[in-house]
Amino acid sequence: MINLKDKSGIICFHCGDKCRNGNISSGEKHFCCTGCKTIYEILYDNELCNYYKIDEKAGVKNTDTEADKKFEFLDDMEIQNKIIEFRDINISSVTFQIPGIHCTSCIWLLEKLYKLDNGIVSSNVDFLKKSVSVIFKNSEVTLKEIVILLSSIGYEPLINLDKSNAKRKLNSSIHRKLILKIGIAGFCLGNIMLLSFPEYLGLDSLADGNLKFIFNYLNILFSLPVIFYCSSDYFKSAWTGLKNKLINIDFPISLGLTALFLRSIYEIIFFNNAGFIDSLAGLVFLLLLGKLFQSKTYESLNFERDFKSYFPVSVTVKKNGIQMSIPVTKLEIGDRIIIRNTEIIPADAILFNGAGNIDYSFVTGESIPEVKVMGEIIYAGGRHFGTSIELEVIRKVSQSYLTQLWNDSAFKNNDSNIQPLVNKISKYFTFAILIIAFSSALYWLRTDVNLALNAFTTVLIIACPCALALTTPFALGNTMRIFGRNKFYLKNSFVIESLAKTDSIVFDKTGTITNSKNMDVKFTGSKLKLCEYGMVKSLVKNSSHPLSRQIYNSIKMNELYDIKNYNESISEGISCTIDNKKIKLGTIRFVLEGLEKSLCELKKEITGSAFKTNVFLSINESIKGYFSFNNNYREGLDELLNDLNEDYELSLISGDNNSEKLNLIKYFGNEENLKFAQTPSDKLNYIKSLQRKNKKVLMIGDGLNDAGALKQSNTGISVSENLTNFSPACDAIIDAGSFLNIKKFIKFSQTTMNIIKLSFAISFLYNIIGLYLAAQGTFSPLIAAILMPFNSISIILFVTGATNILAKRRKLL
Amino acid sequence: MTAMIVLIAVSLIVAIGFLIAFIWSVKSGQYEDKYTPSVRILFDDEKINKKEIKRQKIKK
Repeated sequence: MINLKDKSGIICFHCGDKCRNGNISSGEKHFCCTGCKTIYEILYDNELCNYYKIDEKAGVKNTDTEADKKFEFLDDMEIQNKIIEFRDINISSVTFQIPGIHCTSCIWLLEKLYKLDNGIVSSNVDFLKKSVSVIFKNSEVTLKEIVILLSSIGYEPLINLDKSNAKRKLNSSIHRKLILKIGIAGFCLGNIMLLSFPEYLGLDSLADGNLKFIFNYLNILFSLPVIFYCSSDYFKSAWTGLKNKLINIDFPISLGLTALFLRSIYEIIFFNNAGFIDSLAGLVFLLLLGKLFQSKTYESLNFERDFKSYFPVSVTVKKNGIQMSIPVTKLEIGDRIIIRNTEIIPADAILFNGAGNIDYSFVTGESIPEVKVMGEIIYAGGRHFGTSIELEVIRKVSQSYLTQLWNDSAFKNNDSNIQPLVNKISKYFTFAILIIAFSSALYWLRTDVNLALNAFTTVLIIACPCALALTTPFALGNTMRIFGRNKFYLKNSFVIESLAKTDSIVFDKTGTITNSKNMDVKFTGSKLKLCEYGMVKSLVKNSSHPLSRQIYNSIKMNELYDIKNYNESISEGISCTIDNKKIKLGTIRFVLEGLEKSLCELKKEITGSAFKTNVFLSINESIKGYFSFNNNYREGLDELLNDLNEDYELSLISGDNNSEKLNLIKYFGNEENLKFAQTPSDKLNYIKSLQRKNKKVLMIGDGLNDAGALKQSNTGISVSENLTNFSPACDAIIDAGSFLNIKKFIKFSQTTMNIIKLSFAISFLYNIIGLYLAAQGTFSPLIAAILMPFNSISIILFVTGATNILAKRRKLL
Repeated sequence: MTAMIVLIAVSLIVAIGFLIAFIWSVKSGQYEDKYTPSVRILFDDEKINKKEIKRQKIKK
């Protein structure tokens, strides 16, 4: 395990990356950076080296060296109170989200925090939620110290003050209640079935009357928790529906359950008959199971994020020469802010001092950092790489170019107005049932009051739309799982319904239909010799800048040279000498330093924007040309777009310029469907304009600038290269690797909806048979005990079976 | 038939005992995180070396 050697050199003992920076080692172990070495030393000193034994190279890189200042805001009591969950005089408890949690070693180490700091009482990891709960003593350690400790061992917590934490808590308490209800309903069902057994086998004539009496009353006892506790949600939901003048599926269910319960009690008390309590418990149990099945959630993914969870909580402000950390919400126009390496710019600002190198990949999907010079406006949302820069704020956080998007009305009304199919049907269904029930009661009323009452309740019992209510949760829940296995994660199961209705699809360009991982690297200029390519490759090998990595990957050569005098000026370029030749690679300004003459010649060849993102190369003071970078379209995009074009209206909205227009027009047909140079609000409005034409829009995007469009669209899918990364609020997250399956997913959701409709038809058929039996007067508890579970279970088997078989046929399983 | 009644009473008491155990397990959060405990149980217990014990004693 020591001295891990790979084909390409030494590998970091901590994180498993290649060691590029020569000799950073401790004892016999080598590290790629001082950050990793520090973590190792902390762990070594505290006898926690088991960490490396559980999973090799488990470590998470620590890239931040200024954590101390970064977390200063945690001394603020107001912020502390928002983060800390529980506090008394002695101890506090707090839960952190840590995206870095990825393996068994992480669990092991994070639960040994008490060894690193005596003030920590205990820590508990939840792996799937990627969170750790820490209990600590107030007198010995502060919140800030814990966060710094976590960062120092490579697990920097994600701290934000948005509501997602509270929401998560609420969800987990709902989940807990559901499990409890299922358990209790199952318990009651089992006992009721046992006690009803003599009835099933017709043994009641053999057993003496006393026993039957006891069994029946025990059954009533068991039915009480079922009706008053386990099924309380159905009554509540039906009631709120009624209050809003809406008849949802829960209304006929409650009606049926009430009828079952009252009729059974009546039968037992007055006639010592068995009643329908077994059917009642069975139905509630199955209904609750369906709820559990449907409520599948992907806990480590977050579908609710807005800019607040991406932006920093605080920022360093320079006032009268003093630096202090204030919450971003208190930032005023004219404030001077300091942005350090890897920090995010929280508000639109003018660059005042230093060289900006801004990565907008989370905003636009563009992975190449933009170079900014003094006096330029930097929009909020970019991440700065390089030495600290000083900015002057020109707009408040909530008013900036990007964040004003969230002031749009699309973000105000959270609940969508879509009525699920099942609720639409249940409205008519309920009316039909009530009419049948009342008319049959009226019919019998002329002859016999008792019979009228019987007929009335029997109709309600038989018509209880349990099969109807079971169809949707099981079909949608199962489809959601099938999608999940194909790395397509839905926020909730209702997304399937809106996805199925899609008739027009809108794509974002950068990062969505282009692949930001592998770019097309081209060299323009005088032809390079093979050895010169080798020199370039040896030079870029030393730099971790994304463009250097791209160039490195694009040159297919194995021969590398020894380099001397390597020098990297951040956001400018890199240089070195090989065999007494001086090689410079970087921005035009960097390469041209001291070479003013040739600039004029070069300008003829390169125009406009080429100066910005291109990387220039000079060997021995003569300019050879430049590397340019183009985003590659995802492989297989051709077929996908052609395929989709047959059935859907496609359009593209991009924040970029229209240089790619000609390449794309063949897929999108009409020029009107291609929109370039769109602001985030433009994108949102474009979706609105489509919806005004009564289109059901599916938006596929990836960056924060698509957030408005994703929210406004009927279904918003966010494409993610790395699922632990940030993705804007959306209805579904798709792994970039499954992007090409998107058509399959849409088609399959339509299939699922068809299966649901078919099973509705089957359940109506059951109901008609049941009603026929009820009219004949042959509806006995025994028939109910057979028919009703048979009805429900056959529906469940049908929908899950059908979705599974069809998924297999379409190679989704 | 009184034997039957006694048997049913006993079986109910046992069943209710299990129900209470189930309710306790839900309330204590055992259904919250179904993955991490399965990993945690496989970690080796560490041998407490003598140095550490000494250190702890000094602290006290």
